[in-house]
Amino acid sequence: MRDGVLTEGRPVRWTLLGLTLVFLALFLVLPLAAVFTEALRRGVGVFLEAFADPDTQAAIRLTLLVAAIAVPLNLVFGVSTAWAVAKFEFPGKSLLVTLIDLPFSVSPVVSGLVYVLLFGAKGLLGPLVDDWGFKIIFAVPGIVLATVFVTFPFIARELIPLMHEQGTAEEEAALTLGASGFRTFLTVTLPNVRWALLYGVLLCNARAMGEFGAVSVVSGHIRGLTNTMPLQVEILYNEYNFVGAFAVSTLLAGLALVTLGAKSLLEWRYGDGLARTRRH
Amino acid sequence: MSVAALRGWTSSHRSFREPSALPGFGITFGFAVSYLSLIVLLPLAVLLARAADLGLDGIWRVATTPRVLAALQVSFFISAAAALVNAVFGSIAAWVLVRYEFPGKRLLDAMIDLPFALPTAVAGIALAALYATNGWIGSLFAPWGIKIAFTPWGILIALIFIGLPFVVRTVQPVLQDLDREVEEASATLGASRAQTVFRVVLPALLPALLTGVALAFARAVGEYGSVIFIAGNMPFVSEIAPLLIVTKLEEFDYAGAAAIATVMLAISFLALLAINGLQAYSRRRLGHA
Repeated sequence: MRDGVLTEGRPVRWTLLGLTLVFLALFLVLPLAAVFTEALRRGVGVFLEAFADPDTQAAIRLTLLVAAIAVPLNLVFGVSTAWAVAKFEFPGKSLLVTLIDLPFSVSPVVSGLVYVLLFGAKGLLGPLVDDWGFKIIFAVPGIVLATVFVTFPFIARELIPLMHEQGTAEEEAALTLGASGFRTFLTVTLPNVRWALLYGVLLCNARAMGEFGAVSVVSGHIRGLTNTMPLQVEILYNEYNFVGAFAVSTLLAGLALVTLGAKSLLEWRYGDGLARTRRH
Repeated sequence: MSVAALRGWTSSHRSFREPSALPGFGITFGFAVSYLSLIVLLPLAVLLARAADLGLDGIWRVATTPRVLAALQVSFFISAAAALVNAVFGSIAAWVLVRYEFPGKRLLDAMIDLPFALPTAVAGIALAALYATNGWIGSLFAPWGIKIAFTPWGILIALIFIGLPFVVRTVQPVLQDLDREVEEASATLGASRAQTVFRVVLPALLPALLTGVALAFARAVGEYGSVIFIAGNMPFVSEIAPLLIVTKLEEFDYAGAAAIATVMLAISFLALLAINGLQAYSRRRLGHA
């Protein structure tokens, strides 16, 4: 095939490829490399020392705790929503699907703000919560709520298009053969969507552990108590403890890389088990 | 009872969903709607109620104080600029990833999603380190007296990073599905490659491209974490609207925070409407989403 008729000429091809490589290097590769080089700037010893800081350790524990609550909650929500939306027809279905995506179009700061307006000292339910001797804002429950809000759509939106594509025939067959509804779900539906489910959980978890804006608004930045890892990064950075900030960042960047790797693997190996019309 | 009356009775008492052999609709639907209402809808309603206390003129007054107006302008214009940069380079990247073969292509393709996966605070400090006057990239510009980090240019850099995957990931699948025969036909009819690309391929990509741009823009307007580390956060110069919400909250000015948030919600709502309109338009024109 002659160049320049059905594909671009060689100079154009090289220019486009070069532009892409430079653009992606500037905006993707170099920032990632910067995280690791800045963390190791003063050697491995200083890097490892950063993790001996009890506040940093507390931040890591809190991040794990928040993700351990938020992800299962959104998993249950995602699965039941997908079941209702993908396997049944009812009026208002597209409205429901639109509303599920709502947290994606809200600024993270606003996601935190809504809970401050609801449970903060001057908030709608604030005094009530206070009377019960319960703290939500500037405490762990607020961080969990904000994280749940922000990571809310991930699992549902991976499952809905796939379960919709798969239809209801297999489930109907299982029911006809005498399986109970729950058993049908466990042995027919769940295996069909397992890769999409894993994919959704991975994305949900990455965002839950990495969320900054929403959590920052509700956390109050109390050291050792309400700082998650991203907030600890901010505090260390603002104290000019750059090695410490980038050291904590390497954990989060590592999590991001693992998530991306698993995502690519799933798409490449089990592409059929993921929805074809997934919206990013 | 007549048959007609019976039919009327059954249809008025039929459940509101279509009949199905599968069980579990009631409990899953009920749970989904209650959870959605408690976690998302109720809190957002409280925000709108708080803003409504101010009334439209109250919101207008908050939104048009010079500092808020400046922050909204910074957020709005730099987000638009970042979305445009991503429109150009994102389409080129999508084109290269779909049409050309080169070593490391799969790795590069996987990397595109990095801004989705990397926590924004990490992105923020990494970009600030890179583009500061003593950073790898910033030091290249410093001799010419150009400062990138801690100026509005820094905000642009962060917002390009954040929006990068949106354009690539909306254009890529459409480009993949595009029928090559159309390009062959165009070439057969004597069009040059440039004519084919700009008059045959590009119009087909346009709805996806615009959707990607709108998504990137909506995301950029609300972005907080990656921006505040690189912006410098100077009022009237490099202060973004989400940061001003945080500042208002720290001053316990809940009403002011709610007012700015409402304006930002209105902007993202308009962007979403635009996206839906574009998707409906592209479905009509091309027969797929």
